[in-house]
Amino acid sequence: MTKQQANWSPYDNNGGTCVAIAGADYCVIAADTRMSSGYNILTRDYSKIIQLADKSVMASSGFQADVRALQKVLASRHLVITWDLISYYYNKQMSCPAMAQLLSNTLYYKRFFPYYAFNVLGGLDNEGKGCVFTYDAVGSYERVGYSSQGSGSTLITPFLDNQLKSPSPLLLPAKDAVTPLSEAEAIDLVKTCFASATERDIYTGDKLEIVVLNASGIRQEYMELRKD
Amino acid sequence: MFRNQYDTDVTTWSPAGRLFQVEYAMEAVKQGSAAIGLRSKSHVVLACVNKANSELSSHQKKIFKVDDHVGVAIAGLTADGRVLSRYMRNECINYFYTYESQLPVGRLVVQLADKAQVCTQRSWKRPYGVGLLVGGLDESGAHLYYNCPSGNYFEYQAFAIGSRSQAAKTYLERKFVSFMASSRENLIKDALFALRETLQGEKLTSSVCTIAVVGVGEAFHILDQETVQALINEFEIVGEEAAAPDQAGVDEPSAADDQAAPVDQSAAPMDM
Repeated sequence: MTKQQANWSPYDNNGGTCVAIAGADYCVIAADTRMSSGYNILTRDYSKIIQLADKSVMASSGFQADVRALQKVLASRHLVITWDLISYYYNKQMSCPAMAQLLSNTLYYKRFFPYYAFNVLGGLDNEGKGCVFTYDAVGSYERVGYSSQGSGSTLITPFLDNQLKSPSPLLLPAKDAVTPLSEAEAIDLVKTCFASATERDIYTGDKLEIVVLNASGIRQEYMELRKD
Repeated sequence: MFRNQYDTDVTTWSPAGRLFQVEYAMEAVKQGSAAIGLRSKSHVVLACVNKANSELSSHQKKIFKVDDHVGVAIAGLTADGRVLSRYMRNECINYFYTYESQLPVGRLVVQLADKAQVCTQRSWKRPYGVGLLVGGLDESGAHLYYNCPSGNYFEYQAFAIGSRSQAAKTYLERKFVSFMASSRENLIKDALFALRETLQGEKLTSSVCTIAVVGVGEAFHILDQETVQALINEFEIVGEEAAAPDQAGVDEPSAADDQAAPVDQSAAPMDM
């Protein structure tokens, strides 16, 4: 009597890679725009990045249907909480660390049928410093100086470690903190990451979407990537 | 209105076919401080009188943002108003989740009215003691509605509720024909003038009133005190000595878009 196997899976992996880097007064969040399924490309122009609040931007790779559902739930939950905030303090938006906790709780809520989404949350904290939070599928999260998720993360993370990790193995927790790089240098680094990952990871490519958050607001940039 | 043997609970009809508890709830609206709404083709302005209980306390919140495209001004039991605002906010959030578009104002007020009606037909509930002026924008244009405790709702070009609202209504009746084509600035100006009428001699300053605006390309927001004071100064709206004809509570039935008739008349208010 062999164990009964499922004849279908509720999940699919649409591939793609996300990266975020925190700076002293900025945050860079980037993701490729390729959506695939198996060896097929579904579209070359799908955004994995969403702005959740004034100073919080999330990039998610994995199963995009779950990603979209997660984005919608977060948008609604964020509004519900923000109403409580602005009832008492006019015009106060949710901070990035608070959004980070909200995302964690939302993910854990579906602990026993998870969102197949691998997220990086980037933004500015209450002091205006860049912050990046990295997650697993069920909400375990940590504030870090930089992070990568998705199919190309295994290629990008070692490279970022080499470039950004502070040489302080004796400090616990590792004080990666924010990178001393300038905004332009960080963007350049991100472009390099993706250009390299695109070479070797078949699920990463087509176009790179970069979102930069700083004191003057939010802006978007694009870069072409290899389409093979 | 006098006490009688048919007014103990909301599920008792009077022989004349009236529900006195509902009418009493509407009385509560008349006792609250004034709230005014006006609309043009592209904008809605809500204004209200904000009196603090004492110098030590903060002002009672009477205007609530419900969503970027809708806001509400209340008169009556403000706690009921707060609770209803939370309901409206949730409805807007849920609608957006499902349809990824803004909840049309007309649908929101129907849901609100249905919610109010439930409280007029359950023996274990009481009617909400608050009147709501709902101002919002959707694909069909700018709208102003009045929701009352009876579960009725009406659309208006301009309306005023609360104590001494008759003075404001008189002013609005004179000028409402021009509102549809009015500019945003003139609409706010008319709101301030109407508000001044309800103050009856008191000086109009930004510390006693709250103004909120929503319009095409302009999300619902409450104007800050400096802006309001600047507008008051610009339009030179100062307190006038001339007293308006009506007192609080005894509202004379007036023409056109008025609705709340005093109870000593034969027609029950909810019939309108």
